[in-house]
Amino acid sequence: MGLTGLEIFKQLPKTNCKDCGQPTCLAFAMQLASGKASLDQCPHISDAAREALDSASAPPVALVKIGKGEKELQLGNETVLFRHDKRFEHPTGIAIAVNDTDAVSDKVQQINKLVFDRVGQVHNVNLVAVVNSSGDAGKFADAVKTAQDNTDFPLVLVSEDPAAMEKALEIAGANNPLICGANASNLEAMVELAKKYDAPLVIKGANLEELASLVEKSGYKKLILDSGAREVNKVLADQTQIRRQALKRFRPFGYPTITFADNPDPIQAVVDAGVYIAKYAGIVVMYTDNPADILPLITLRLNIYTDPQKPIAVESKLYEVGNPGPDSPVFVTTNFSLTYFCVQGDVEAGRIDAYILPVDTDGISVLTGWAAGKFTPEKITEMVNNCGIADKVSHRKLIIPGGVAVLSGKLQELSGWEVLVGPRESAGIPSFIKQRWSA
Amino acid sequence: MAVTIAKEKWTSKVSEMVLGTEPNTVKVGGESTLPFLHFEGEIPNRPITALEVWDLEPTDWPDILKKPFEGVLNDPVAWAKKNVEYGADVVALRLMSAHPDYKNATPDECAATAKAVADAVNVPLIVIGCGVEDKDAEVLEKVGEALNGKNCLIGCATEKNYKTITATAMVNGHSIIASSPLDINLAKQLNILVTEMNLAANRIAIDPLVGALGYGIEYAYSIMERARLGALMGDKMLAMPVICFVGQEAWKAKEAKSPDDENPEWGAQERRAILWEVITATTFAQAGGSIFVLRHPESVKEVKKHIDKMMESNAY
Ligand code: B12
Ligand code: SF4
Repeated sequence: MGLTGLEIFKQLPKTNCKDCGQPTCLAFAMQLASGKASLDQCPHISDAAREALDSASAPPVALVKIGKGEKELQLGNETVLFRHDKRFEHPTGIAIAVNDTDAVSDKVQQINKLVFDRVGQVHNVNLVAVVNSSGDAGKFADAVKTAQDNTDFPLVLVSEDPAAMEKALEIAGANNPLICGANASNLEAMVELAKKYDAPLVIKGANLEELASLVEKSGYKKLILDSGAREVNKVLADQTQIRRQALKRFRPFGYPTITFADNPDPIQAVVDAGVYIAKYAGIVVMYTDNPADILPLITLRLNIYTDPQKPIAVESKLYEVGNPGPDSPVFVTTNFSLTYFCVQGDVEAGRIDAYILPVDTDGISVLTGWAAGKFTPEKITEMVNNCGIADKVSHRKLIIPGGVAVLSGKLQELSGWEVLVGPRESAGIPSFIKQRWSA
Repeated sequence: MAVTIAKEKWTSKVSEMVLGTEPNTVKVGGESTLPFLHFEGEIPNRPITALEVWDLEPTDWPDILKKPFEGVLNDPVAWAKKNVEYGADVVALRLMSAHPDYKNATPDECAATAKAVADAVNVPLIVIGCGVEDKDAEVLEKVGEALNGKNCLIGCATEKNYKTITATAMVNGHSIIASSPLDINLAKQLNILVTEMNLAANRIAIDPLVGALGYGIEYAYSIMERARLGALMGDKMLAMPVICFVGQEAWKAKEAKSPDDENPEWGAQERRAILWEVITATTFAQAGGSIFVLRHPESVKEVKKHIDKMMESNAY
């Protein structure tokens, strides 16, 4: 992917003038190849050489930004086909569509609420796509204005009519919205507008070949690709092609993509969107704001885009939920984020004041930790002895997950604490406490 | 501008497994490309769905999951027939009553149930034990005998109990499910052990012990992708069709179990829960899953609809 030092060296002036701070051009080339220097440190490089080197060293999928400020969405920089090779970089942006014929402000308020708490992090949708379904430029501009006034999410402006787009950009153009977009019949006008506002632009082809030609013709670099396919089987093929070709350095396809989950069957639309999230989509546009539809997709995105090498862990220390006192229960679990937050969430849901001890299992779950010898009576005892829980509570009782009931005897012996075996699922904790807890 | 379609030249394919007896056989596997990339290779068989039947009434299923089976939850034969009506390609009988914590049913009792169910439906049968490895070996030995010649898929065989289960399968003409926890090397090793007993490789289905959406789906997803790549590159011990126990995992998730009023910001439970099961399955289909064991009839309907679409050609 990256160039070798020698390949770079061929493009340098070879004068060894040392202005770059390196003793020779070759030394500078080696520094560049290993990412320790940047091209602009050589003041003598020719424009042709700069362009050749820039494009050769550019990432296979360009980084494209939409919006501004805190909610800016970054896409691209992807380097692989399979997440087991190296993690996927920038999670698929989820856009929710609003028609300019809808009650825009109500709809946007609804979209703003699509925020979910998961494993201690907040996850939300990313974009509001305002669609010019009226075909009327004035109506579109009004809708864009209303959307912009009611949300912090960046906007996708969806219209193929350059006149309508121009009006919308007069309102939203300063905020780096995604212009959606250009096609064979309006390419020049749309590119013109994109350049004027320095905003990212969707280019849609009728198929892959047309898409590649239009990209070439546009001469623009802040692009998002739309292959024109809308049926899930065809979108899968095109998404796969675009990613494969990008990795092979076919330049016209070196940009993030946009997909549209516009299946008229509402459940299948969500299913299709799931495929797009798993298979390389930079953006997926949804036509539903039902949280029951969006929660599974946001969860899928989180899963597909986690780093396969590193489970997400919480710090292994004593945690308090609510206002625990000397009589409060003590729950033992592991420091895998998902596990910890399942327990924490259920303790909270049961309005229980409690202590939680997530034992350091290198961020793996209860049963995985047990099977791997990382969630053992010894390790639990060590944590109980060192975290200060003995000073916090006057009782000597630990509650352990039901899945590892087998640990109880040994743990009791080693720690000297009485061990209560809790339910298998943390969801059972509230009723368990009601029935079984007294300090 | 000309675009040269990028096609991989795979050298091998997933093995093809046949379940059931003529004229009602069902085939899985056989793909010579990655999931649904019709432009690159052959996908002779579609991924299939199974609906679970228990031999005792499940206690911890949420109401929305019990509702479609009202009146048959106590009657495995009637339940199995219902599953066929609901469109399941195969029926997956789970012999939960064998579990020592439940009825501790004897192998003979279980075999009688399995026989009754097999005789009542014309679709192929998957028979799964209660998950206690020793007990499953005893139970499946009898079940295998009782279902002799019916070409069922039985399991789950693990590192500990595979010998008995493999032997039963060989003698009585069944295929087996080989389970190993989310590790490609463990899966491969178990397949080697089973084939060393002379069970044909195309009579094994890999069970990678998947997790649900939000609960470890990404691990299974990657294991399955790697297994499929291995299969296409010629590793015969990874070339088995993959079975995913989706229902069992998805319906454990809080997002599936939580009623409408508990987390109103999550939307209505029924839609959310069914999507939880469906998206878990369809995501695994993208990674290379072949057999999806589901629990809700709506999920079967939606997964099938999706697969219908994915089986349409996308050749260029
Ligand atoms: C994902 C996964 C992995 C991932 C690890 C991911 C991670 N960060 O943990 C990977 C692929 C790395 C993995 C590896 C292994 N795994 Co694994 N894995 C799973 C899987 C699919 C899901 C685990 C998970 O994330 N669950 C979700 C979390 C939230 O569950 P949890 O921690 O148990 O928490 C729940 C309850 O325990 C309870 N709870 C938690 N804390 C508390 C506290 C209290 C007080 C109470 C009351 C309740 C409670 O509430 C939570 C929510 O319900 C399970 C199978 C399954 N479907 O469950 C197998 C499973 C856990 N793995 C298993 C095994 C054997 C292994 C390996 C040893 C196999 C191997 N390859 O060598 C390795 C060991 C890893 C190592 N050497 O480090 C077995 C364990 C068998 C057993 N019973 O001992 C399982 C059960 C699979 C199986 N059926 O065989 N695994
Ligand atoms: S500044 Fe440029 S020309 Fe001079 S030595 Fe460095 S690389 Fe060579």
